[in-house]
Amino acid sequence: MKIPQAFPVTHPMRIELVHGAGGRASAQLIDQVFLRAFDNPLLQQKNDQARFDVASKRLVMTTDAHVVSPLFFPGGDIGSLAVHGTLNDIAMAGAEPLYLAVSFILEEGLLLSDLKRIVASMARASMAAGVPIVTGDTKVVERGKADGVFITTSAIGTVPEGVNLSANQARPGDQILLSGSIGDHGVAILSARDSLGFSSPTRSDSAALHGLVKQMVSQVPTIRCMRDPTRGGLATALNEICQQSGVGMLIDEQAVTIGPAVQSACELLGLDPYYLANEGKLIAICPAPEADRLLIHMRAHPLGQGATRIGVVTADPQAMVELQTAFGGIRLLDWLNGDPLPRIC
Amino acid sequence: MCLAIPAQVCELLADDQARVRVGDVVKTVNITLVPDVRPGEFVIIHVGYALDRLDPIAAEQTLVLLRAAGEIQQRDSRSAPEPTGQERNDEIH
Amino acid sequence: MKYIEEFRDAAMAIALARTIGHEIEPGRTYRLMEFCGGHTHAIYRYGLPRLLPEAIKMLHGPGCPVCVLPIARVDQAIELARLPKVILCSYGDTLRVPGSDRRTLLQAKADGADVRMVYSIDHAVTLASQQPERAVIFFAIGFETTTPPTALAILRAQTLCLKNFFVFCNHLLTPAALDALLADSPNQGSWIDGFIGPAHVSTVIGTAAYRQIALRYQKPIVIAGFEPLDLLQAILMLVRQLNNRRCAVENQYHRVVQDSGNRLALDYMAQVFCQRDTFEWRGLGKIADSALAIRPEFADFDAERRFPLPERPSREHPGCACPAVLRGQLDPANCKLFAVTCTPANPLGACMVSAEGACAAVYAYGRQPIRVPL
Repeated sequence: MKIPQAFPVTHPMRIELVHGAGGRASAQLIDQVFLRAFDNPLLQQKNDQARFDVASKRLVMTTDAHVVSPLFFPGGDIGSLAVHGTLNDIAMAGAEPLYLAVSFILEEGLLLSDLKRIVASMARASMAAGVPIVTGDTKVVERGKADGVFITTSAIGTVPEGVNLSANQARPGDQILLSGSIGDHGVAILSARDSLGFSSPTRSDSAALHGLVKQMVSQVPTIRCMRDPTRGGLATALNEICQQSGVGMLIDEQAVTIGPAVQSACELLGLDPYYLANEGKLIAICPAPEADRLLIHMRAHPLGQGATRIGVVTADPQAMVELQTAFGGIRLLDWLNGDPLPRIC
Repeated sequence: MCLAIPAQVCELLADDQARVRVGDVVKTVNITLVPDVRPGEFVIIHVGYALDRLDPIAAEQTLVLLRAAGEIQQRDSRSAPEPTGQERNDEIH
Repeated sequence: MKYIEEFRDAAMAIALARTIGHEIEPGRTYRLMEFCGGHTHAIYRYGLPRLLPEAIKMLHGPGCPVCVLPIARVDQAIELARLPKVILCSYGDTLRVPGSDRRTLLQAKADGADVRMVYSIDHAVTLASQQPERAVIFFAIGFETTTPPTALAILRAQTLCLKNFFVFCNHLLTPAALDALLADSPNQGSWIDGFIGPAHVSTVIGTAAYRQIALRYQKPIVIAGFEPLDLLQAILMLVRQLNNRRCAVENQYHRVVQDSGNRLALDYMAQVFCQRDTFEWRGLGKIADSALAIRPEFADFDAERRFPLPERPSREHPGCACPAVLRGQLDPANCKLFAVTCTPANPLGACMVSAEGACAAVYAYGRQPIRVPL
């Protein structure tokens, strides 16, 4: 007969407030969950900060907060999303990411198994990307105050010489390239939410793009800017670039790839895929003479196989993005207004 | 005002429900309004309910007429109109 | 997607537009109103206005149930949401519609009200059965397409003996609105030549109701599906009718719409709902026999009976031209407030509050940049 044991502090089922208090329980959580998964020499020093030398003087830094619900979805989870998203912010500057920092806000009651799963996913993403997580922090808040877990990731990177990407550099005549299909992440998230009651084979496209970017900028350093169309979707990202550069755009609807399952889900819910988030795609604006060559190099990379030229930058003081429909009709592709809510009308 | 789309019935379920498919997306909907629908048939769904059937033969007829209408180039617009749908003869001059 | 993509074929669309161009009588303008907001949205989404010949002028009708919802009803929904123990369930469309003090249901949610978006009213019934200690109120909007599901939900709630499920009923009727649009003007709709009739409303109600209107006002009505080829074919049919001076009701969408409609749906509607004598439509004023109320037999599920709220007046923004826009008499771009102070992010009037309102559709899709040569 098994003798019942007192509930052991070192192997809890759920996160408790004590895990964020800074005492023994905190230290054990950090050791057994975070350090074990993210293991690297800098982290092993167990300082409150990571110290390292950087050769280049052209640094970029970024930070992101991740609050996605549900925590787990087809193609990823909040952990892999956090790592990929922050690496991509670095990559959009044409930079190579060096190090990641991560902080967790854990909700009291979060299953330890869920936390371990998320952390393992982050470790895999970090390792695959070749970018270690070198410092971090954890806090615990009361039940009801954190939707499971909130993750903030930060990263630094270095920009190679001769690379100057910025969203205010698009010029009329420049070509607009997109690395693959849109709407996948948005639909994957929605399909994982019970309340909408549909199932779909779509998986999130969450991926770290810095490898693709490295190839692109090394071959075509004159790329004007890059952006990953995350929240707000492709339409929002294009409008942002237009606004910052003071130009317009004309996009060819037939050149934008939308997967059939994404298309079906959007029809069903009354959503527009142009406003759904993408987490493994990028837009690149480059001078017209370089576009063909850039496209070839993008397609040579696994994350750019589906790359297409989707449009051209135009002179437009009103900074509008227009879409040429398959019928030759032209319409506006406006900013997103509010959240993309499913509609019945 | 009424976003409704065609979906194919895959499987009938208990409680007047059915599993339907739009492309690769599967959803469960209420079929009370189309009670004798069978797997393989198409229905129009709106806010989680099947409103009515879609008639595949009528759909084909429409497509045939659409193609024909597109091929008309120089046509006397005063001649009797083709029956491009179901007509009612409420003709008043 | 079967029966969707075939009706979006680009080559056929271009050919149809060309045929329409050939059949237009020289010098003549064809002013066609699409009644349904979903049609307005589809027309702009596919860029049809710029594809069609100049002689075709599309006018946008008031068939947008969110747009014509009086501000006072939005206020009441927000008040209901704020009541203790209430869960207010709603379709996505209404969550951002501002009430009198510019507050929305989403803002009420931020303030602490339990407001939840549902894709289907079924979900609200299930919620009520799972949480008997809460009062689940469903904010029901929509024309005849959306009404049968509400009827079925109330019947299901009755079968389940639920004591905590209520419907705040704002269902509207299409033929009455169409009639009022034409009857209320001194010249009986002389600015409109013909109508594109709603697709899925007609699936429920059939085609008979439109015949009287076509005869009385001498205007052709073609019921059209939602896809671009459906709309183009319907426009061609209207052009042909007008050229032949006919005013018939034709059914382009006959793959779904039958003349008799869906008898079962109509029976369920009649079982649960009765007509209100009159109902206020935002921008159009009071229209007789144009809206539904829940029958006394189902009073237990009627939010207005269970949670009576004072009537309050609706006040529109001065300078708002929605009444004229809703009737198709004014182009959204010609309203002084359009895109200046009235935008989808800050809608001042009915036509901008919903994505398929005429002003919102033109703002989101139909504005054009000033052409500057490269």
